[in-house]
Amino acid sequence: MGDAKGGPVYHGLRKLPDRVLFIFAGLVYLFLYAPIMVLIFFSFNSTKNTQVWTGFSTQWYGALIRDGSVLNAFRLSLTVGLTATAIATVIGTFTALALSRYEFRGKTFADSAIYAATVMPEIVVGVSLLVFFVAATIPLGLVTIIIAHVAFCISFVTIVVRARLSGMDRSIEEAAQDLGANPVQTFLRVTLPLILPGVMAGALLAFTLSFDDFVITFFVAGVGSSTLPLKIYSMIKFGVSPVINALSTVVMVSTMILILGGGRILARRQENAS
Amino acid sequence: MVFRRRISRDDFLRTMGAGVVAGSTLSVLACQPNTSAQSSGGGGGSGPEEKELNFYNWSDYVAKSTIPNFQKQTGIEVTQDFFSSNEELLAKLQAGGTGYDVIVPSDYMVSIMIKSDILETLDMSKIPNFKNVGKNFKGLGYDPNNEYSVPYQWGTTGILYNKKALGKLDASWDPMWDPSNKGKIGMLNDERETPGAALYKLGYSVNSKDKEQLDEAEAELKKQKPLLRGYFDSTQNRPSVINGDLLLGHVFSGDAFLALSQDEDLDYIIPEPAATRWTDNMAIPKGAEHPDNAHKFINYILGAKTGAALSNYTYYNTPNEAALPMIDGALKNLPGYELDSSVFDRLQIIEDVGAATREYSTLFTSVKSS
Amino acid sequence: MGKQGGRGWTLGLAGLLSPVTIWLGLFFLVPLLLILAYSFGKSGIYGGITLGFFPGNYLKVFDPLYLEIILRTLVIAVLNTLLCLLIGYPLAYFITFKGGRHKHTLILLVMIPFWTSLLLRAYAWVVILGGDNGIANRILQFLHLTDHPLTLIFTPQAVIMGMVYSYLPFMILPLYAALEKFDWRLKEAAQDLGASRWHTFWRVTFPLSLPGVIAGSILVFIPSAGEFVIPNLLGGARTVMVGNLIQQQFLQARDWAFGSALAVMLAVLLVGAIMFYVRKVGADKLEEV
Repeated sequence: MGDAKGGPVYHGLRKLPDRVLFIFAGLVYLFLYAPIMVLIFFSFNSTKNTQVWTGFSTQWYGALIRDGSVLNAFRLSLTVGLTATAIATVIGTFTALALSRYEFRGKTFADSAIYAATVMPEIVVGVSLLVFFVAATIPLGLVTIIIAHVAFCISFVTIVVRARLSGMDRSIEEAAQDLGANPVQTFLRVTLPLILPGVMAGALLAFTLSFDDFVITFFVAGVGSSTLPLKIYSMIKFGVSPVINALSTVVMVSTMILILGGGRILARRQENAS
Repeated sequence: MVFRRRISRDDFLRTMGAGVVAGSTLSVLACQPNTSAQSSGGGGGSGPEEKELNFYNWSDYVAKSTIPNFQKQTGIEVTQDFFSSNEELLAKLQAGGTGYDVIVPSDYMVSIMIKSDILETLDMSKIPNFKNVGKNFKGLGYDPNNEYSVPYQWGTTGILYNKKALGKLDASWDPMWDPSNKGKIGMLNDERETPGAALYKLGYSVNSKDKEQLDEAEAELKKQKPLLRGYFDSTQNRPSVINGDLLLGHVFSGDAFLALSQDEDLDYIIPEPAATRWTDNMAIPKGAEHPDNAHKFINYILGAKTGAALSNYTYYNTPNEAALPMIDGALKNLPGYELDSSVFDRLQIIEDVGAATREYSTLFTSVKSS
Repeated sequence: MGKQGGRGWTLGLAGLLSPVTIWLGLFFLVPLLLILAYSFGKSGIYGGITLGFFPGNYLKVFDPLYLEIILRTLVIAVLNTLLCLLIGYPLAYFITFKGGRHKHTLILLVMIPFWTSLLLRAYAWVVILGGDNGIANRILQFLHLTDHPLTLIFTPQAVIMGMVYSYLPFMILPLYAALEKFDWRLKEAAQDLGASRWHTFWRVTFPLSLPGVIAGSILVFIPSAGEFVIPNLLGGARTVMVGNLIQQQFLQARDWAFGSALAVMLAVLLVGAIMFYVRKVGADKLEEV
């Protein structure tokens, strides 16, 4: 019959197809993390080389702490990423709702505009946005970066949330409304919880896009707005220092701890509530 | 089941809400310094400048002590931002991106910027240390009277190779075309340097605009392509030669010296009949809000001690004659670091070629895509 | 949500659409119009543009050199999309149906590598795939899959692998969003009624996940066409894609007009293809539930 909790991990792995699936998933994770392991490895390199191992040293972790520019860049990227993600997720979700539930004149145009926003090469968006900001006398800085990031993230969130909305059973919403809930209440109490995994997926995608964006950010950044990618890509000419590997390792390990720890707390809550 | 799932969703809602609040707060806190830097100090020159300097440079192109020392000496607060290529710098300035007081363009880019009228003229009376600059670096073709730029670092572009495997090579471009090195040669992904190497090999100028010469260079490059491992950044060729994936790498001198100081089995040659010498420069873009501070900074960089510290860190050469005695002995002894005049005289400087630039672009795209 | 055409309906729609209209209208459509204007302009020798009507830029696109690059890009983008689907779907399926209470953790674990710089991960791939004594070659020879070192990096195959690596989350996340929503008891019910697992998958699960497949395909295919970093870092710059070309036109060649024309053509081509694809697969029909 199946577990009411939604299927624990090892249930049903007795069957061969499930085992194959499990191994396949493991291989995919290995594929995703293989370069990460190499990256962490080279954060302990004894010379300024990210591809040739010369010996063990923790010097780059010390350099990371002392080098203000790298940590500052990281802080800026995080700020921009979180803010842009929040805004883009809200706007993108609203847009997805509008496009998937309404038929209206100009819908085809709206659809194309959303797709077109994902198609434009970064250099084109970057240069044209810069020209626009300058013409509109908007001062360059973190704000312009956030504006640009939101602009290219909205479409991604919209498309992901629409995938969630497609074919969704509206009867619960209609029932809520029949029972007297107004549209806002229906949205917050019924719709949003149902589409939340889609919204979170969109938000994750938006953050990922924003955090590592280089070209667009470069053009619309102002003084003192050097995000992490700006710092890193500028290192190509004279050599990417393992300081960046050290930073990435620290970030990754802390995020893992947060997520695995958080996941365990959530899972325990679910159990306790049963 | 529905009950349980709603709890976890509420948790997520709460976490998301917290994230939004945190993100927005952080952004408000972070935003303020930037907008004030933009709006303060209007038309340059009206009243004393704020003690600020906005410096636009490549990453890792200053020694650790360079900026802190300047800040200590003058009390001027320096904000350093980073660009990753001359062309991106130009495009940003041309599209209206402003806010910087000192930028570090390469030689040919200085002349393009002069022609695009985006540089301020320098007031040499404010840069007395200019006298430290060696005569070989003053008045170069791209800025004949140093009206707009002063040199910052310079270097050559040559071949880093595995001396142990290939034996000591003569200074020539031929090994890069030698079929016995197939699959182990790396050229630069640079549309002036790599076509330039072909032009040098054929005995032509790196700034040739002659259609026939360019066609010959294109043919040479297409002949070479099957022998290559690819077209890379100089910083990718360095580890590739060190670990043996490449026997020969087309590199900038600083990368060569870094490699040589780590591995004795390698060598660096500056080929005949010609090779590139390039110079990175400091310049002040038009509309800079702190031109006075900019001059002070440029003057500071041209100081003997600062210049030496800079080169000792970056492994590139200094144009600063007064700094030469203070360069690390280990660096000076590396092959190709100190050049005698016979080598120096055969070096060419890449210049802007105006409309012909697009010829080079099409040439290189055609080669890479073939 | 209210009767179509009624006041509540209009207000609702306006409310939902106004943020995106303002934001994209200002910060995307206006710059896009600018690019359109540029594409008909004349490039200055040192960059910059004089506006006017010079349709020659569009004719230049039809040079065989550039057509070859565009075609190559489309092939790579399609391959990339197919591979991401083949690899991403089973993973999304696994996380959704076998992940249980660890679902969210598993999804986040997919994303975490992508919060490190692509540059660093590309360099890491060079280490893994590179060299006669590199990690990959040593493993392959150890497993006796090959008896001599292979050239794995700086090849077109490496570019495709790098693209798949880069774009996998763009496929996995929408698939997860679409798969996660439906009641897997439907699936169990079908199986209880005697349908085989495969049958259940193809007749029940996959069709219901189609919106996710379409969304994922779009989010992989379209940006793939504009990719320029991976061909350089993992392909030794020898697999020239249209993203490289457009970048080069704006930067090295300083031909903003031609670069803009290329970008506009790319956009028209791809958006047209997508609209056709979406309509053909009938995704909009699925929304009218």
